[in-house]
Amino acid sequence: MPQQRKELQVAALCNGTVIDHIPSDQVYSVADLIRLERLDNPITIGCNLESRKMGTKGIIKITDKFFEEEEIDKIALVAPNVVLNIIRDYQVVEKRRVTLPKVIKGIVKCNNPKCITNNEPMKTMFYVLNPDNIILNCHYCDIKIEQKDIILK
Amino acid sequence: MNNRSLVAISDYQKEDILRILKLTEKFDENPNRRLLEGKVCATLFFEPSTRTRLSFETAVNRLGGRIIGFTDAATTSSSKGETLKDTIKMVNNYVDLIIMRHYLEGAARYASEVSDVPIINAGDGANQHPTQTMLDIYSIYKTQGGLDNLTITVVGDLKYGRTVHSLINGMSHFNPTFHFIAPEELKLPDIYKIFCDSKGIKYYEHSDFSEDVINQSDILYMTRVQRERFTDLMEYEKVKNVYILRKDMLRNTRDNLRVLHPLPRVNEIQQDVDESPKAYYFEQAKNGMFARQAIICDSLGINVE
Repeated sequence: MPQQRKELQVAALCNGTVIDHIPSDQVYSVADLIRLERLDNPITIGCNLESRKMGTKGIIKITDKFFEEEEIDKIALVAPNVVLNIIRDYQVVEKRRVTLPKVIKGIVKCNNPKCITNNEPMKTMFYVLNPDNIILNCHYCDIKIEQKDIILK
Repeated sequence: MNNRSLVAISDYQKEDILRILKLTEKFDENPNRRLLEGKVCATLFFEPSTRTRLSFETAVNRLGGRIIGFTDAATTSSSKGETLKDTIKMVNNYVDLIIMRHYLEGAARYASEVSDVPIINAGDGANQHPTQTMLDIYSIYKTQGGLDNLTITVVGDLKYGRTVHSLINGMSHFNPTFHFIAPEELKLPDIYKIFCDSKGIKYYEHSDFSEDVINQSDILYMTRVQRERFTDLMEYEKVKNVYILRKDMLRNTRDNLRVLHPLPRVNEIQQDVDESPKAYYFEQAKNGMFARQAIICDSLGINVE
């Protein structure tokens, strides 16, 4: 009974956030991006779970944690189809796809070795030029970076 | 942070460019105006660039300002590991304006974010050199009597040539038609073509440097094809003598055609072209001083009568 099993995996939280439909190979990048290691909340990370849509998928459940949009939308950099479920009192009160913010600060490394951001203790900053087919534009050196070339800091 | 800095030509809207041109005209009429009396400007050259530095320093001197600075980062604390931010934070305590050249791309943008005084970018790596673009645009304006609806042919290294990329951006407000002439390896990158498309700018690409195209042009903007830009040296050997302007190629050109070049040139404009009244590159360099005077006064909010 796969339907029931899925219910169990997602709904077992009382309050918190479920990040669903993460590609299996991006689960740990996602965990890094939203800096799960700094949290004291109970966290369940599932990997290589069966998924009808994706073959396999990953899932992250964080109890009693509700993210700011900007904080969690960064996930779209590595996993654009991730779904967020906000759970309150065992009910999914909000379900939405992550959407990349217009400006990305600090989490992506500039691929240009001669960019000032790779040579000074400072934050990087990129403009998202095309959210569907992600292209990042460095605010400092103006280089354009395609999604396949994005390196996280 | 301040917003009177000039970091990239795209910082200027059309009306900014027109305002700077009007100011440049005034300095072209009379460059000796003591508008910077009592002011101190810094020229921070983290990499040497004699031509640009002399132009800026002459501009400040003719305005009666004083200059502090350095001509090579090897003699400064950045060689001891001081950050750019710290250098800028220190210097902006002393001066009214910072003119800087840096070998890293984005350095001037970052400096403008940490500085309390305006920053004028005198070149940051391969990225931006907006005062060069303003002197190019002024040279076009002065020789053509305006900027609208001109045919501009750009020749040489269109892939790495930052002056070319900035010129496309700066002229984009004035409905130009571009001809881009380059060897296959140094063609204009797609992003600039997409930019032209988005602005409705007509452009044509050629790999032949033919008189046919020159004869349709109002401006012929030459750049250097550099050996070190080629991954395939065979390719370089094939094209190195193709993108060279000789005097006889100007025979049937329009009377108003002028030949521009950001300098330094090597052999891409042959010496005999210098005798042609259509050769304009030395005057173009001279216009640089006037354009820089205009940009400096504009950044400092100084009224020019």
